[in-house]
This record gives sequence, C-alpha cells and structure tokens, in this order.
Amino acid sequence: MTDLLYSEEEEALRAAVRDLLADHCDAPGVIARTESDTPHDLAAWKALTDGMGLAGLLVPEDKGGQGATHREVAVVLEELGRAVAPVPYLTSAVVATEALLACDADDLLAELGTGRKIGALAVALNIAPGGAYKVVRHENGALHGELTAIADAQAADVLLVPADDGGLYAVDASAATVTPQISFDLTRPLATVMLDGAQGRLLGDAEAAVHRALRAGAGLLASEQFGLAEWTLTETVRYLKERKQFNRPVGGFQALKHRLAQLWLEVVNLRAAARNAADALATGEDADVAVAVAQAYAASVAVHAAEEALQLHAGIGMTWEHPVHLYLKRAKSDSIAYGTAGVHRARLAELVDLQAP
Amino acid sequence: MTDAAELQRRTAELLAAHPPASTDRFDFLKARFDAGLAWVHYPEGLGGLNAPRSLQAVVDAELEAAGAPDNDPRRNGIGLGMAAPTILKYGTEEQKQRYLRPLWVGEEVWCQLFSEPGAGSDLAALGTRAVREGDDWVVNGQKVWTSGAHNSRWAILIARTDPDVPKHAGITYFICDMTDPGVDVRPLRQITGEAEFNEVFLTDVRIPDSRRLGAIGDGWRVAQTTLNNERVAIGGMRLPREGGMIGPVSKTWRERPELRTQDLHQRLLKLWVDSEVARLTAERLRQQLVAGQPGPEGAGMKLAFARLNQEISGLEVELRGEEGLLYDDWTMRRPELVDFTGRDAGYRYLRSKGNSIEGGTSEVLLNIVAERVLGLPAEPRTDKDVAWKDLAR
Ligand SMILES: Cc1cc2nc3c(=O)[nH]c(=O)nc-3n(C[C@H](O)[C@H](O)[C@H](O)COP(=O)(O)OP(=O)(O)OC[C@H]3O[C@@H](n4cnc5c(N)ncnc54)[C@H](O)[C@@H]3O)c2cc1C
Repeated sequence: MTDLLYSEEEEALRAAVRDLLADHCDAPGVIARTESDTPHDLAAWKALTDGMGLAGLLVPEDKGGQGATHREVAVVLEELGRAVAPVPYLTSAVVATEALLACDADDLLAELGTGRKIGALAVALNIAPGGAYKVVRHENGALHGELTAIADAQAADVLLVPADDGGLYAVDASAATVTPQISFDLTRPLATVMLDGAQGRLLGDAEAAVHRALRAGAGLLASEQFGLAEWTLTETVRYLKERKQFNRPVGGFQALKHRLAQLWLEVVNLRAAARNAADALATGEDADVAVAVAQAYAASVAVHAAEEALQLHAGIGMTWEHPVHLYLKRAKSDSIAYGTAGVHRARLAELVDLQAP
Repeated sequence: MTDAAELQRRTAELLAAHPPASTDRFDFLKARFDAGLAWVHYPEGLGGLNAPRSLQAVVDAELEAAGAPDNDPRRNGIGLGMAAPTILKYGTEEQKQRYLRPLWVGEEVWCQLFSEPGAGSDLAALGTRAVREGDDWVVNGQKVWTSGAHNSRWAILIARTDPDVPKHAGITYFICDMTDPGVDVRPLRQITGEAEFNEVFLTDVRIPDSRRLGAIGDGWRVAQTTLNNERVAIGGMRLPREGGMIGPVSKTWRERPELRTQDLHQRLLKLWVDSEVARLTAERLRQQLVAGQPGPEGAGMKLAFARLNQEISGLEVELRGEEGLLYDDWTMRRPELVDFTGRDAGYRYLRSKGNSIEGGTSEVLLNIVAERVLGLPAEPRTDKDVAWKDLAR
C-alpha cells in the first residue's frame, strides 16, 4: 500500500528547509527581488544545494547524488511552495534532472546534483506530460530556433533542448540568447531561448526524456501547490483571529468560519493526493494515474486558497506590500504549469477508461 | 412633466447651438449641463429637468449619434456615482451650485476618504478626528485605499466629531479640499503593479464649516446615501449582450480555435449563461425602477458582477495557456482612470479581485441581503450603545 505519511527523516528534512527559508526568503525580500534584475535568489539556492545537498536528491549515489526519492523532494517542494521561494528547484533539481536520468549523461547529472550548475528543460512551462512541444532545427551539427515560456532559463547554466531530429541536446546557456519575458508569476520567471547556430551535445532520445521529466514535474508540482495552499490557509486563519471589525475578531463570523473549514477540507485532500503522486513516482507503480489525479485536483485548491486569502484580507490583500499576491500569482501560474486540470482530467479519462461521449 | 419628445427637442436645440465638431469639449459639456440634459432626473438649474431617470437614455442616444463628447464617467466614477447624489440630497443650495457643474463636466474629479486602516467593513469605527475651531474644523487622521486621490480636486470625507457617543452618532460628513497643504497623498501600489489607490494623511487640515454636508453628528446617515449609491453605481450599468467581462473571453474563444478544449467549453458556456442572466436581472431591475416598483435585486447586482468578473477572467487566463503565464506590464503607474477591461487577461484577473472588496465586501453585502431582504436576524452586536472612545481597539 502507498505510504501517505511522512517519515521522521522527512519531517526533519522539512524542519531544516523551513529554517533555511525563514532566513533567506522572507516575504519583503522576495517582493523586493521580483522587481530587481536578479529575480532568482541564488544565495538561497546555494544554501539549499551546497549546504544541504538537496539538488541531488533524485540523483543515485553512484552518480554523485543523494540517492533519495520523490518523497523527500516533495517535502522540499512543500516548503518552497510555502515560501514562494524564487529558486529553480522544480525546474533544475526535478525536471532537468529527470530528463538527464532518462539519458546517458552522468557528468551533467552529477553537476546538476551538486547544484553548482543549474539546468532547464527548454520546453514551455504549460506543456503537460505527453503533450506536443516545440522543437528547434538541427542542421549540420548546429541548433536553430526560438523557444518561449522556458521557466528559470535566466538562471540556467545549461539548457536541455529538444530538436527536430528527435534528439535532446545539452546547450551551454552562454551559446544561447536568453531573454526574460514579463511573467505573471514573478517568482518563477520565464524567458525565451534563441538558438542561432548554437553547438549542442546529443544526450539521447528527446521524447522519452521529456515525457519522464514532465511527468515528474507535474506530479511533484502538486506538493508545491499543497505547500502554497497550506500557507495561505494558515496565514488567513491567523489574520482573521487578529483582525477586529464590529468590535470582534472577524474570524468569529460564522460566514467566514464555514468557508475556512471548507477550505481546510480541500487542503487536507490535496495533501493526500500530492503524497500519493510523490510515492507513486518513487515506486513507479500507478504513477500515471496518481499524477493525473493530483494535477486534476491541485490547481483548483491552490488557486481557491490564494483567492480566499486575498478576499479575506480584503483591502490590505490588494496591496503590493502584502505577500498574498505572490501566492495568488504563483497559484494561478501553477494551474497552467505542466498542463491544466482539464488536460489532466482528459488524460485520466483514457487511463481509467472513462471516455468522453 | 418633461417627456421624450420634449427631451429630443431640447437635445436638437443644444446640438444646433453648439455643433460638437466645432465646439470645445468642456464648452459643449457646460452647455449640455445648463440645458438640463446632463442628468435629466436632477432639478432644473442643476443639470436636469426633473424628468424620469429612464429618459436619460433618449438624450444619450441622440447625442452619441451626433458625435457629441461625453463626460467620461470612468474618470470621475466617485464624483458622479457617489458624491453627486449625496450633495444633491444633503447639500445646501450654495453647495449644489458650487460643486455639481464642474463635477459633472469632469473639470473637478472627486475621491472618497472613508476607509481607514482600522475601519474597513466596520466603517463607523473610524478614528479620524475633526475638532471645531471657530468657523473651521481641524481634521487629523489617516485614510487608506483611496482610489484616485492623486487626481482629485475634492473628496467626500467622514470624520469623528464626538467620541463620547456611540460610534454611529459621532460622525460628521465634510467636503475636503485635496489641494490643502495638510493633505498628503501617498501612492499605495497594488497587486496589478499600479498605484490606483493611495494612503492619505490629514494633518491639521482646516475645513470651513460651510463645507459640512448635513448636520453635525449626522454623518453616518449621510454616508448611507453615498454607500447605497455606490452599490447602484457599481452594479447598475446597462449592458448589451456580452457587454461585460464575458465579451473579451468570448472573442478570444471565437478567434482562437487552437486554444479550445472540451473542459473549458463547458465552463465558458456556464459563465456565458450566468452573465446573460445577470444582465437580464439588471435590466429587469431598471424596468422595475421606471415603473416605480423598486426591487431589492440591486443589492445583489454588485455581488453577481464581482463573482462573474473574477471567474471569467480566471478562465481566460487558463484558456490562453502559454500566454496566460505572461503579464502585459508591471510598471508602477498612477493611472488616471480605472480600466477594468482594457488590458490583458492577467490584469483583468488581478484587478477584478478588488470588485468583491471595494465599495463593501461581498461578505458584508451578503449579510445585508440576508438581514434586509430576507429579514433574517442580525448577528448580536456588542458595540451599539458604547461610547466610541470606550470601544476596544
Ligand atoms: C481596489 C479598492 C479600491 C478602494 N477604494 C476605496 C476608496 O476610494 N475610498 C475608500 O474609502 N475605500 C476604498 N476601498 C476600501 C474598501 O472599501 C475596504 O477595503 C472594504 O470596505 C473592506 O474593509 P477592510 O479592507 O478593512 O476589510 P475588513 O473589514 O478587515 O474585512 C476582512 C474580511 O472580513 C470580512 N468581514 C468583515 N466583517 C464581516 C462580517 N460582519 N461578516 C462576515 N464577514 C465579514 C470581510 O468581508 C473581509 O473578507 C477600496 C478597496 C479596494 C480593494
């Protein structure tokens, strides 16, 4: 049976990551960073990777990594979601790393595993596992073309680029033109990648690698969404206990109590779905269904939780200085990332044989 | 009584005397005001002709067909929707003569200094003080979330003039001069990136007693007029089919077949039906008003439009897929007018979050519907008979 709980080690890991993020990613700092030229928090990244070795969790020990599983990665992502941390963890330590695990690229895998290099899969962030993605032209050993909506490309040292010959290529970021796009989610910025005759190293078959990468990305994104939803719920409950109107804490109004209780139920469900996806990815059993279920459920909960947080913080929630907007923007972008809920429901219809009329 | 034919005659006269093509915009609008064709249900001499409100549409249609300039209500929504009806009801003759014409014409824009950091939904808890000194009132305090204060010439302001009585009884309503040196307007950036609203600090602002609106201590009752009109102004617009937020997303759907999915199709159709039904309810309410049978539906319209704006713009962000991950522009600006639909889907999604907060939150409006429309018992109140100064804060 799937293990939906957290082990003691996982709880210890959570505590360590949370501590670290409390030092690095406080809300005013994250907000200030979104408006700077360096949207990624590379100091936090260094602390998470150099200090704690977390970039290598999915990399086997004999390949220079930690040899942990998706379950531990999920715990890290819960905490990163709680802090809307602007670090390329999901994109480099999960998605790019999974793509490399599907190829024979041990040297790069080891580099990504230490966190000293950051990788980005050059597939648009909205593509679901199994979905069609854009490729670049491969001609006389060089790559040509433009790719858009590449998450965290600005922070990447190496880009993993699918080409029209069916290969996945490693391209040094310095050989590409990476241009920031104006992202809705300011904490996971997107960029376009222009290749104009760039040299790439063939890593292996793109289709299998991209599929594996996106499936892990989608499945583990649910843990980020859970962390985000849980933070917004907790923070809203805290605020409503404190905020007084009509001579009493507004949280005491039954109209609000019931709404928050309802939201709590959704968040509890999301934790189970996200845990299930992480465990299934770790064991490889029932992973397609588990990922589809998690992603068909997670987006609506995370968005709902962030929207409720804004509404219940009311005026202060509409301001830039209050962090709830970071969470709303992340939640809304997450609802598109690695496929919308609707796309995952359609995938589920095939997997469990419930075809559309 | 003024009927449609009479209004058409007067409109034709106005157009003949001031051909829109060769008349300065403000001159035309002033002439229109003076002809009683600004808001026809207002009294004569104040921009109206004491005509039924519904006949405004006759005038508007004729003027639009003739290419006449309009007074751009988006720029002065608070002035037109809230300050004007309050001044009309509670203002002295002098106040009405002084303020209504430049307000309607748009020469003078208004804002609303009501909310405070500690007094939002519970507006009557406000703490900004106004102390009488001879013929003046001296005002000190802080207001917040003041939309458009940076563009405004005047503000409607409520302040506490008697802390020794229960909170609703000690409030007085004023007209505040935003150019007074004691008025400090500071931009407050919001979720969309813009600073559409502001913090306003009031330090020893002197307001002559002649700018008081209504009796001393009667400010809460005066404010009710403003707030009721605010809800009507927000919910009461007359829209054609697909005239609201459903318009842009329907357009996207028609023009971009590659974005369509079955899942989104069902959700879009549901919201299309909801939008059409809300539009019909608003139209029915309007017809009831004309027939002299005002219904309580008005209280629900703001609720309905807030929900629809939010759900529809949220759907469009998702529909746009890769583009939905992007935003048009985060530059910090202080916009002159509120443009709910003009920018991209992401902006509409974020801005519409304010629709269920500004002008009274949806939760508070639902309470009003439950208590005043359905007659359900109110929540127990512990602050009704306590002097404001003795309330816990
Ligand atoms: C975009 C925007 C523009 C604005 N423009 C102006 C302006 O121009 N001038 C101005 O004066 N103000 C303006 N406001 C302020 C607005 O009127 C207040 O934000 C609003 O009244 C809510 O007050 P609050 O923010 O203090 O929320 P709070 O009153 O603190 O409410 C917090 C939460 O508790 C809920 N709540 C409170 N009481 C109850 C209850 N009894 N039962 C159930 N739930 C309850 C609320 O609905 C809300 O969800 C603007 C606000 C926004 C967002």
